[in-house]
Amino acid sequence: MRYLPHTLDEVAEMLSVVGLKHLEDLFKPIPASLRSKKGLAIPGPLTEWELEERIAEIADIMASTEKMKIFLGAGSYRHYIPESVRYLLSRSEFSTSYTPYQPEISQGTLQAIFEYQTLVSRLLGMDMANASIYDGATSLSEAVLMAIRITRKRKVAVSRLIHPNYRRVLETYLTPAGYDIVELPYLETGRTDISSLNDFEDIAAVAVQSPNFMGMIEDLKMVREKTKDRNTLLICAFSEPLAYGLLKPPGAFGADIACGEGQSFGISQSFGGPALGMFAFKKDYVRNAPGRLVGQTTDLDGNRGYVLTLATREQHIRREKATSNICTNQGLCALASAMYMASIGGTGIKELARLNYDKAAYLKEGLRKKGLKLKFDGPTFNEFVVEYPKGAYQNLMKKGMVIGLPLEPFYPELAGQYLVCVTETIKKEDMDNLIKEM
Amino acid sequence: MSQELRTNGIVQDEPLLWEKGRKGRDGYSMPLRDVEKASIDESLLGDGPDFPDLSEVDVVRHYTRLSQWNFGVDTGMYPLGSCTMKYNPKINEKLSSYIGLTRSHPLLPAHLSQGTLRLLYELESYLCEITGMDAVSLQPAAGAHGELAGMLIFHAYHKSKGKKRNKILIPDTAHGTNPASASLCGFQAVVVKSSEKGILSHETVAELMDEDTAGIMVTNPNTLGLFEKNIRKIADIVHEKGGLVYADGANMNAVMGIVQMGKIGVDVMHLNLHKTFSTPHGGGGPGAGPVCVKKELEKFLPVPRIRKVKDAYALVENIPESIGKLHTFYGNFSVLVRAYCYILSMGPEGLKAVSQHAVLNANYIKEKLKDHFHIPYDRPCMHECVFTDKFQEKHHVSTLDIAKRMIDYGIHPPTIYFPLVVHGAMMIEPPETESKEEIDRLIAVLKIIAKEAEDNPEIVRNAPQFARMRRLDEVTAARKPVLIG
Repeated sequence: MRYLPHTLDEVAEMLSVVGLKHLEDLFKPIPASLRSKKGLAIPGPLTEWELEERIAEIADIMASTEKMKIFLGAGSYRHYIPESVRYLLSRSEFSTSYTPYQPEISQGTLQAIFEYQTLVSRLLGMDMANASIYDGATSLSEAVLMAIRITRKRKVAVSRLIHPNYRRVLETYLTPAGYDIVELPYLETGRTDISSLNDFEDIAAVAVQSPNFMGMIEDLKMVREKTKDRNTLLICAFSEPLAYGLLKPPGAFGADIACGEGQSFGISQSFGGPALGMFAFKKDYVRNAPGRLVGQTTDLDGNRGYVLTLATREQHIRREKATSNICTNQGLCALASAMYMASIGGTGIKELARLNYDKAAYLKEGLRKKGLKLKFDGPTFNEFVVEYPKGAYQNLMKKGMVIGLPLEPFYPELAGQYLVCVTETIKKEDMDNLIKEM
Repeated sequence: MSQELRTNGIVQDEPLLWEKGRKGRDGYSMPLRDVEKASIDESLLGDGPDFPDLSEVDVVRHYTRLSQWNFGVDTGMYPLGSCTMKYNPKINEKLSSYIGLTRSHPLLPAHLSQGTLRLLYELESYLCEITGMDAVSLQPAAGAHGELAGMLIFHAYHKSKGKKRNKILIPDTAHGTNPASASLCGFQAVVVKSSEKGILSHETVAELMDEDTAGIMVTNPNTLGLFEKNIRKIADIVHEKGGLVYADGANMNAVMGIVQMGKIGVDVMHLNLHKTFSTPHGGGGPGAGPVCVKKELEKFLPVPRIRKVKDAYALVENIPESIGKLHTFYGNFSVLVRAYCYILSMGPEGLKAVSQHAVLNANYIKEKLKDHFHIPYDRPCMHECVFTDKFQEKHHVSTLDIAKRMIDYGIHPPTIYFPLVVHGAMMIEPPETESKEEIDRLIAVLKIIAKEAEDNPEIVRNAPQFARMRRLDEVTAARKPVLIG
């Protein structure tokens, strides 16, 4: 086997060094009654070439964007990924290294993550960011747990317009420890009803998403005002970070924690993972933050370098009192997003964000002119909700188009409504075709 | 230092991203604008993030140079204990990047996602067989996430029995993630001391186990590289009091095809696909930490589950006793593809050979170095062996110094100062993908360092000298944190 270099002679030689005859003898420390009597019933081995055929067969039966026009977002966005990002990411010095515990030979990862932390902070308008959480949902969960630690309150208020899957993961994380989640309903406008906060007391944090799951831009200024005098933190979640190339970021509204999904930046959709939990916060809260942090320092010669820092928050030191159990995070995905942000640049991100906005607006307007009803009235970024005629979703799927996400499974009250996404990868003619079909 | 052991190379300096570039450059091919600008409410607009503008060449050179300051498995031997730094097959990188997979949207209807669902379904079945468990969820994104899933299942199980339990037994040799994961579920960790033989004794477990204790978390083989041979008796004691047994599968690389955890009393376990199943560590992820359970706990697994009905695969959400969702979608899919490819490439005999060779390597190193470095538990080990700096202490050379000196010889240091029960621990894990030459080289280097510690301790204490940086000031970094530039 090409991944196992020992020859039979070498095995024999090494066995004799340890005083054994057979490989089986190595497992004598395990009582015989605990050892398996028969071999594993799994297929293989396949040759490299057989394996290629098998995966090609699996990949070929997928509905890729090569074959279909897909107007789906909802937390997983198709954006173009520069080939240079893909290429750089495949450098095995990055991909085959471990968490950078030995800084002298890990400066590549460490500087790259320091840069990532900086770019994410700048993107979100926050003081600082960590090295990543698993994804948008777990990022929100960690944000809420952090707010609970900071405020020492046990209840959080969460907008119903946060991605439904993020809220479900949050519930999984919070329920066993006995924390309460109260839901903030939404208004006819497709924005969170923040006035409902008055019904609750002792709230550790209010979590809202903007743009929210319906693609609507929330009035974060008003949300901030409502939370101000209550010792309640403001958590701003997001699933589409590209929006902040155009819109005011969470930091501009005084968010205490900004958390969300970074998949849009240079990471392929890959059936939902790996993705990237972006996580940023105000600097006063740094010692309560979850996850890895890279900090700048100097070496014995006074040269600038980087190390993992503030480890006393973490599980390997603090064990059950750690700020989080996270260890392995999404290092390479964070690197991908940093490469993407570096490639697109400050000028490019504004232009691309605007293009997403304009394209989505084009389709929204086109559908409206066709007489379709838009459920919510107000500004959106690259997603919006529309009511399609009965049967349109199924009929157009047969014609190779997935024209949105049916909202009913997530919001029973929104039967017949669809969440539609348009990024830079959707061409005008594709939108025109969709409009024509209505 | 002798010529053939010296590292050398063309390594260039490189500033921070925002210290280079010029406004107006771009490194991205902007898609054509085929629609007019739409109107927008100006009050919503921000200034845009303060990113530098760089050309594609700027970006490529930047990250190429950074990569050259890094040490990876492809660079050289990486015997980092409990991390299983084995070779990451290149074909798996290619196959996981097939467009049909990378462009698949997680919320497409199931009939458009049969390929990905089939792959996940099959991978679940392979992992069931390898672990001897009955059902698997691939959702956890890392080992600690898998542990959390396991602890949530413990919690849900006891709740279903109508009694909340508050404590959990965790050995003193456990990874820090174990107590941290358990405490997220409201369990208070009760430390189980390991015996003088470095393993758990069932008597100690019997003393601590009671009906307010949810169960026990056992890493097997443990972090001393020793098999917990009393596991079955321990499991009986825990089960007798109504508790459950969790196995941290971080060290599964030692026992594939040798031990099926589900057959020796384990109820729940996680695997680290980025360790045992060869997916790249990525400088800190993404990994994957599937959680595996016995039949009676299947109903608690995270949703959605994948079901096969006739020839079609479907996602099932409606499982009332499930712990819920753990990931926005279904886990780190493209990591799972790589693990699937690895298992099929190895086959049943191959996986068993993996464990045999890994265990052989560790025992060989232990034997060859036992006169040069102190071994706290001198017994046949599994896939990793633990040494200490006891022999070197008298020369005022510490484990940290030895680790840093290894860097000068082009070998990644082992895991150091862990497990916590061993003073000055050096935990060496030589995976099966290392050749005998590489292993002999590691042995030669460590012997040289042991000698240097006697003859020229200063050179060890001042290491590394040939790395890009000398030792870094971690105290100041933590005292005055500078986390952004």
